[in-house]
Amino acid sequence: MIRDQKLWTWHLAAGMLILLLLGLHMAIMHLDSLVGIFNPAGGHAIDWENVAARSQSLFFMVTYVLMLGAALFHGLYGLRNILFELGPPSPLRQSLGWALILVGLGLFVFGTWAAWASYQNTLSV
Amino acid sequence: MLEAKGHPNRLGIFGWFGGGRWGPDRYLYSLHRLTGLGLLTYFVLHIVLTSSRALGQSAWQESMARVSGPIFVGGEFLVFMAFAFHAINGVRLVFAELGLGVGKPIEPVYPYKTVLDVQRPWVVTVLLLTGLLVLVGALDFFVWQ
Repeated sequence: MIRDQKLWTWHLAAGMLILLLLGLHMAIMHLDSLVGIFNPAGGHAIDWENVAARSQSLFFMVTYVLMLGAALFHGLYGLRNILFELGPPSPLRQSLGWALILVGLGLFVFGTWAAWASYQNTLSV
Repeated sequence: MLEAKGHPNRLGIFGWFGGGRWGPDRYLYSLHRLTGLGLLTYFVLHIVLTSSRALGQSAWQESMARVSGPIFVGGEFLVFMAFAFHAINGVRLVFAELGLGVGKPIEPVYPYKTVLDVQRPWVVTVLLLTGLLVLVGALDFFVWQ
């Protein structure tokens, strides 16, 4: 019970961090007509020149990884709560819990590699 | 998450939509969950797709070409709407969790006032702010390009 309370508190804290970082990400990507400062090449936010410019920024590399971790935890813990509320039997609950942890760790490692590798690649260009 | 004690969740997912005289708060609860699941699904695909930037310009452009076109733009706008609602409603839920905007405990005197009455202005605010953000997003997606 206490463990769940702690996880729930982390779930809320992760939500607040996501609000900040994903808010910035969404503004850059989808309000680029209004917030153009992170798209130095002009045009669309997903044009390679803009992607490369953000990728070589240490600020964006670090915040991508932070957002990745916070969003994976927030999303997968939320999914776990929804699944557990449906009342699966105990062995299934354990398996689901472990499966979600493994999926989360796998995606975190993969996403962190992508952020780090693109930071390194664009620095060397 | 609290453990259920003696009250199994018989309604299951159906309980998100019906099973009682639900008020607007209940539908916000359901919408919060639905948008959360949608955002999680998109996020997993997004991690995989955008990781192509690590492989260079041609890999990135190839990935982006695979998800271009009006259907994907429409889908992305749905994601934006889900984000706008989930984020703003999430702030309301965090405030409620911290005891803000839920009123003080009072004597149960008829006509009874509940926490939902105190929350109603916040619910309306969430919907208005979401609508405003979606409107600005729609202009950016479809008009200011």
